[in-house]
Amino acid sequence: MIARAVTHALVGLDPRRVEVEAHVQRGLPGFAIVGLVDRAVQEAKHRIRSGVASAELPWPDGRITVSLAPAQLKKEGSGFDLPIALAILAAARSVPPDALDGLAAVGELGLDGRVRPVGGVLAVAEGAARNGIDRLLCAVESAEEAALAGVEPLPIRHLAEAVAYLKGEHVPVFEPNGRGVAPEPKLPDLAEVRGQERARRALEIAAAGRHNLLLAGPPGTGKTMLARRLPSILPPLEPHEALEVTRIHSVAGLVRASRPLIAHPPFRAPHHGASSPAIVGGGAGPRPGEATLAHHGVLLLDELAEFQRPALEALRQPLEDGVVTIARVGGHATYPARFQLVATMNLCPCGARGDPAATCTCSAQRLTAFRDKLSRALLDRFDMVVTAPRPRAHELAAPAAEASFNVRDRVVSARRRLVASVPRRTDDADELLSRAVERLPLSARGRARVARVARTLAALAGSECVDAQHVAEALSYRTPRELEPR
Amino acid sequence: MIRGLSRSQLPPLLRAIHDPPRRLYVRGDSELDVLMKPAAAVVGARACSPYGAQVARMLARELSALGLVVVSGLARGIDAEAHRGALDGGGTTVAVLGCGIDRDYPAAHAELARRITESGGLIVSEYEPGVEPAPWRFPARNRIIAGLCAATVVVEARERSGALITADFALEEGRDVLAVPGEITSALSAGTNALLKLGATPVTEVADVLELFGLLREERPKQRADGPAAVVLEALPATMDELVQRTGLAAGAVAAALAELELNGLASDGEGIFRATAGS
Repeated sequence: MIARAVTHALVGLDPRRVEVEAHVQRGLPGFAIVGLVDRAVQEAKHRIRSGVASAELPWPDGRITVSLAPAQLKKEGSGFDLPIALAILAAARSVPPDALDGLAAVGELGLDGRVRPVGGVLAVAEGAARNGIDRLLCAVESAEEAALAGVEPLPIRHLAEAVAYLKGEHVPVFEPNGRGVAPEPKLPDLAEVRGQERARRALEIAAAGRHNLLLAGPPGTGKTMLARRLPSILPPLEPHEALEVTRIHSVAGLVRASRPLIAHPPFRAPHHGASSPAIVGGGAGPRPGEATLAHHGVLLLDELAEFQRPALEALRQPLEDGVVTIARVGGHATYPARFQLVATMNLCPCGARGDPAATCTCSAQRLTAFRDKLSRALLDRFDMVVTAPRPRAHELAAPAAEASFNVRDRVVSARRRLVASVPRRTDDADELLSRAVERLPLSARGRARVARVARTLAALAGSECVDAQHVAEALSYRTPRELEPR
Repeated sequence: MIRGLSRSQLPPLLRAIHDPPRRLYVRGDSELDVLMKPAAAVVGARACSPYGAQVARMLARELSALGLVVVSGLARGIDAEAHRGALDGGGTTVAVLGCGIDRDYPAAHAELARRITESGGLIVSEYEPGVEPAPWRFPARNRIIAGLCAATVVVEARERSGALITADFALEEGRDVLAVPGEITSALSAGTNALLKLGATPVTEVADVLELFGLLREERPKQRADGPAAVVLEALPATMDELVQRTGLAAGAVAAALAELELNGLASDGEGIFRATAGS
């Protein structure tokens, strides 16, 4: 006797339809699962057996073969427990086999038969919706997330509940709690930073134009403190962006079950010891890295020069294309990774440069090695570089500064203006830009960066066109000579 | 092209020192006259400050623009800035090596060496091709730098810096020694300030060097700043945040004013501190 259930496997973030076929035949009792499954799926046998027993359902006599098709697709994770159990029960006719038509199932089984949530439910539900399936059997905790994809979630707590539903004895009801959106994370506020007018201004421009920003300076000048406050001046995500971000974070197991939708730009700050797979993603069955988790949000690399060079170089693809491609023998996975990069660094290994009160003790060779770590290609990806010298004591005594929500208002209106129409340069501005290319060490790429930042400045000022003044200010954010590799 | 000069072919100034090199190797296609022209050495620390780098480059640019040959040691820091400044000024510059004439040391300056020979300058060394760079060869190299020049300018030097050795050689041979004053709290200026105390001529503008050669800088119309740029220029040196506080202008306006000053060559920036450009 054969029965079939439908679920979805994820390739990267892409859901693929998987048919779970169960066949119970006469013979010596046995249980085999085939179809390129990983250890977690092999172990499903034990969970399913106990789960079925706990639901007080008979375990079919005979030889059970479960096949997950398509067979050449790698399958991993515990989300296959529920569909496999249902297919076996249908094959044994404990539930009517045709009751499985038109629905998909996903969830992990406990030994006591309870259904546990798994990661990636949003992507799985979207796959179901795309394949014309309108109902998804899943754990109660996953229901809010599944509902975001537009399918009807059938929230169940226990395997017995699923069986009752399939027999037509019970209808699980999904009650949206009306709070599907994740709460706004408590973000540190710009009002807490005193002084640093220049860096604050740079942060606002970077937020408005989504420019990558590098803050350089001696330790203790508040670089990290400022960088951590960037999310607090970013506008909330657009609905489609929120879905994308939620999908990624769900696969990584980072969403809150009761309020899954992530509506605010994510903020990721990996430690500088992070390996290149941790940052761009990787592993045998590829996993999204920090760059992908920061999609539509902010990636902060604190102490940029301390990161391993391979990790930094790996960031060049996402910075250029907005995606990460991970190639494996069994195919490749593509993850979106369109993030805003904010980085901080000292001006030399000992940290004294830029601090009038200290003397740098670095040797010339050490200094060169430090600067060589940042390739020109990487530095070129920063639209804006700001050197933050040590503030004097009287700056620290300055009155509290502007709060984040004020700045965010300006950022929101500037972004709106940039979408509505791109400001054009006036003749004066063009002339100033050409003069700058002539007189300053400014490459073609550098010129393009200055032009981009000038555009954002015009939008922030509410100006119709890019004036000479905007270009002049934009010029002050170009890469300073002391950071250029020699 | 590499040529070898015997002691009798050495430029007269170099031949006049008390232990002139036995042979001098010359790399580059330019006429050997380059070595006979009036020359000034611009030397200093390898790990220099942005201030030192700026001064070295500016001095070398102005000196070379007036036809002086700028001599230095192709090392990192002040030396390299001096060569670059001379190239910026469209003049000729001579690099003296402390290793074999065919070597570029440090290797990172191979490109700089190429530019020096291509723009009419020369690379010289007393060591035949293939000699490895070694620490004890650099003081000997410094005597050639001092020997080729009528005047030596030390831009930045710690106490017991190699640049002070160059200055000592210059003094022994009775050549002029000039030093650029620095902050008395900065270790990088300890050597130069000590030279000044001993009687070296302080350099506060290019004219101080030119005077020794009987040259006069033509009076160029002074670039002038107006509006916010003038206000900002008055308040230098300062960080951008200090300028915001001192001038009462917004951060954006200060940034724009500074960019304008930089473009007009009136100010420059190093590690976040902006300074008015000396001599302009």
